[in-house]
Amino acid sequence: MSKSTLVSTTVNGDAVEFACPTDESLMTALRDRVGLTGVKEGCGTGDCGACSISLDGRLVCSCIVLGVEAEGRTIETVEGLSQNGVLHPLQQSFIDHAALQCGICTPGFLIAAKALLDRNPNPNESEIRYALAGNLCRCTGYDKIVRAVQATAKDMRKKGRS
Amino acid sequence: MAHDNSYVDKKFNIVGTRFNRPDGIDKVTGKARYGADASAPGQLVGKVLRSPHAHAQILKINTSKAEKLQGVKSVITFEDLPDLTGADQGMADILENCMARGRALYDGHAVAAVAAIDEQTAAKALKLIEVKYKKLPHVTDVDEAMLPTAPVIHDRIFTRGVEPKPTKPSNISSRTEMGNGDVDAGFAAADVIIEHSFKTEQTHQGYIEPHACLASVNPDGTAELWVTTQGHFVFRNVCAGLLGLDIAKLKVTSSEIGGGFGGKTHVWVEPVALALSRKANRPVKMVMSRDEVFRATGPTSSTSIDVKLGAKKNGEITAAVAELRYQGGAFPGNWAMLACMTAFACYDIKNNKSIGWDVLVNRPKVAAYRAPSAPMAAFAVESAMDMLAKELRMKAIDLRLKNVAREGTLAPYGPTYGPIGIEDTLKAVKAHPHMRAKLKPNQGRGVACGFWFNIGGQTSTDLNIGVDGTVNLAVGTVDVGGSRSSLAMIAAEELGIDYENVKANIADTTSLGHNDMTEGSRGTFSSGMATIYAAREAIEVLKQRAAKTWGIPLEDVSWEEGHAVATGKGHGNLPKLSLREIAAKSGRTGGPIAGHNEVTADGAGMGFASHICDVEVDPETGRSTIVRYTVVQDAGKAINPDYVEGQFQGGATQGIGWALNEEYIYGDDGRLQNPGFLDYRIPVCSDLPFIDTQILEIPNPNHPYGVRGVGETSIVPPLAAVGNAIANATGVRMGHAPMSPPRVLAALDALDNAG
Repeated sequence: MSKSTLVSTTVNGDAVEFACPTDESLMTALRDRVGLTGVKEGCGTGDCGACSISLDGRLVCSCIVLGVEAEGRTIETVEGLSQNGVLHPLQQSFIDHAALQCGICTPGFLIAAKALLDRNPNPNESEIRYALAGNLCRCTGYDKIVRAVQATAKDMRKKGRS
Repeated sequence: MAHDNSYVDKKFNIVGTRFNRPDGIDKVTGKARYGADASAPGQLVGKVLRSPHAHAQILKINTSKAEKLQGVKSVITFEDLPDLTGADQGMADILENCMARGRALYDGHAVAAVAAIDEQTAAKALKLIEVKYKKLPHVTDVDEAMLPTAPVIHDRIFTRGVEPKPTKPSNISSRTEMGNGDVDAGFAAADVIIEHSFKTEQTHQGYIEPHACLASVNPDGTAELWVTTQGHFVFRNVCAGLLGLDIAKLKVTSSEIGGGFGGKTHVWVEPVALALSRKANRPVKMVMSRDEVFRATGPTSSTSIDVKLGAKKNGEITAAVAELRYQGGAFPGNWAMLACMTAFACYDIKNNKSIGWDVLVNRPKVAAYRAPSAPMAAFAVESAMDMLAKELRMKAIDLRLKNVAREGTLAPYGPTYGPIGIEDTLKAVKAHPHMRAKLKPNQGRGVACGFWFNIGGQTSTDLNIGVDGTVNLAVGTVDVGGSRSSLAMIAAEELGIDYENVKANIADTTSLGHNDMTEGSRGTFSSGMATIYAAREAIEVLKQRAAKTWGIPLEDVSWEEGHAVATGKGHGNLPKLSLREIAAKSGRTGGPIAGHNEVTADGAGMGFASHICDVEVDPETGRSTIVRYTVVQDAGKAINPDYVEGQFQGGATQGIGWALNEEYIYGDDGRLQNPGFLDYRIPVCSDLPFIDTQILEIPNPNHPYGVRGVGETSIVPPLAAVGNAIANATGVRMGHAPMSPPRVLAALDALDNAG
């Protein structure tokens, strides 16, 4: 057993502490020590985006961040997207538009799509496609994912105005 | 109980509409549990030591240092997986692929494995295992492997299908020949003959979820396996056979599956995890790295194909010949045989012949990949069709329509077609607005067709009605594309109740009879059939209970839209009974109400598709961009159109990736140089346009609803559709896929130099 370091973070709004070896990825720490298995491992090299999380508001692949780097920082994962039992509009839209098949990439896509809409509530198709280009999906051909994000953006803008 | 599986034209209430998938919420909230998401008390981490050599004799494996490392609980080699396969060479190959037995046959071949208390300890232990190799000559190219000078991978392989039987072993495991008519006479009658050679590189299914499992074996021989798989019943049978366990004592539960596309029809680390657990007497969890997935799990074949077509001036194809060489990795396969069966399946060509060569090379054991073997054959044949059309000065689509297969056509692989959809897809393509859209400079448009069989197979389904009238549907085919939604819709349709009142689940191996894999586009076809019959059996029980409640003869009860109705003379005043009302009283009328079905689903319909692709080629870089893409495919009957479209779009995208970028690159040392998603580049969101789809419904006569499998055909046409589009954009015929920027640029340069 390698020597572990205690890490204090805020995860999905809660104060969370975990101890992990210094060479362990944040992805592994979140999955195996915090129990957030919605953070998925697809490659371990930052190429597929399945482990995407928000770290202090920035979209990152948690497999290429060390667990100890999360000290004092704020993490949001797919588990924190729905509030009080109500799905985030992106989550509902992915279901409604059949934007997921196997679903292994879905948490990463949701986090990446939310990061896009947080900074650009009115993206065009091309902006959506480039914002999601770091997330691999092998099932859908991306068609229904892009449509789900377009529909969500439109709905959220409408609601924002009302 | 025998069932009539004939198609009956009827009006549907639920089938054919769009419902959300029952697994959606879990998947968007992160709750869905995949292969790597399970844990057990006291579990260990398992890891595999893999060969760094393409081909090597294993002289010695010394595991003593690893065993002594604190925290290591078991170390295994092939000696811990004794050969129990008897005379079953196929099982022996699976065993040897899971763990090398004296020789490493490819870069990444498993040589030993450890289980330790954590990841770091397991990784450290792997480094302490000493393996003494003696490197052997290797071969990774399919054509080179066929040469008499090539290093022979197994000296037990003598080519099957040639007379006289060869006296020397070789890397050619079998020769297949099939077809109809007299091709020599056909070519003699031709006005125009086209001949061309093609190569396709090896690609991987590229599912985003790596293989993962959690195995636990007890000293009494009972065991459990949680695993990401396309077929937990088959995994159970294979693992039990390899480990010497009783089938009934090995409980296999399929996790959510993070993509498979054929690659999760084969066992890789599962028997290893069970063997590690047996030795350590603790649960062992194994999760493959992406590097391992690329190096050691089933990619599809790389191929080398020659095609020759002859036609009269009016476009009638008089003869067609293909010679197809497919490598299956370091073990024999039947991939070239499948290619022979599909190569000319879209056409009615009186004289046709396909010769297939199944070849071994020092690469990982090939696994099925979505319509396995068909995309490469279609790349060659559909490219040659366009070349022939050009020579005949015909429109490529008209040449296809002139020779298209129809009901009554004798298929190259034997059967005579029933009603099939290839002509309808071509006509739909011809009429599609996409075909009339204007192209910009450097753009070209290509069309190509594709075929895949679809299979039926063994299926077992249970349908249980709760006392509140809601229904559990237990199926044994793993849901890879939304089948739980489709099957719940079918049950609701039959029973006449709301979709929301049916919950479909994938049952574990102790809860249902055997089910074959979800492969061959069979999931919704076969489990759909079993669900219909199970529901109809439950309806019979519901009717009996109503008859009993009313005290009238059973033959006076009918089932109409979710209700028992008394239909006989004199029963007119009895109010109808709903499923819910009958279920509520079931405890007093005879006990639980259920329907079951065990079936070998025969009569899978053939799947045909035609695709249209617009591509823009950058003459400076050779990079091709897909600017528009349309899929037209016959679904027989689309149970849930959303998920049928999803299959069309996903398959087309995999085909596009294969056409433009994806390939295994081996160095001279026989080692895979790009085992990661950075260098093995699958299509990303910004590479693609929307993928338009058009679903045709030509009912399969051998399914009560007319369903055909829809999962695979969509990967077949894209390679040629892209190649034909590039040819029309640039004037260059690409014979080597993927048609990556360097290859296209080289071809453009060659054209310039020639011009």
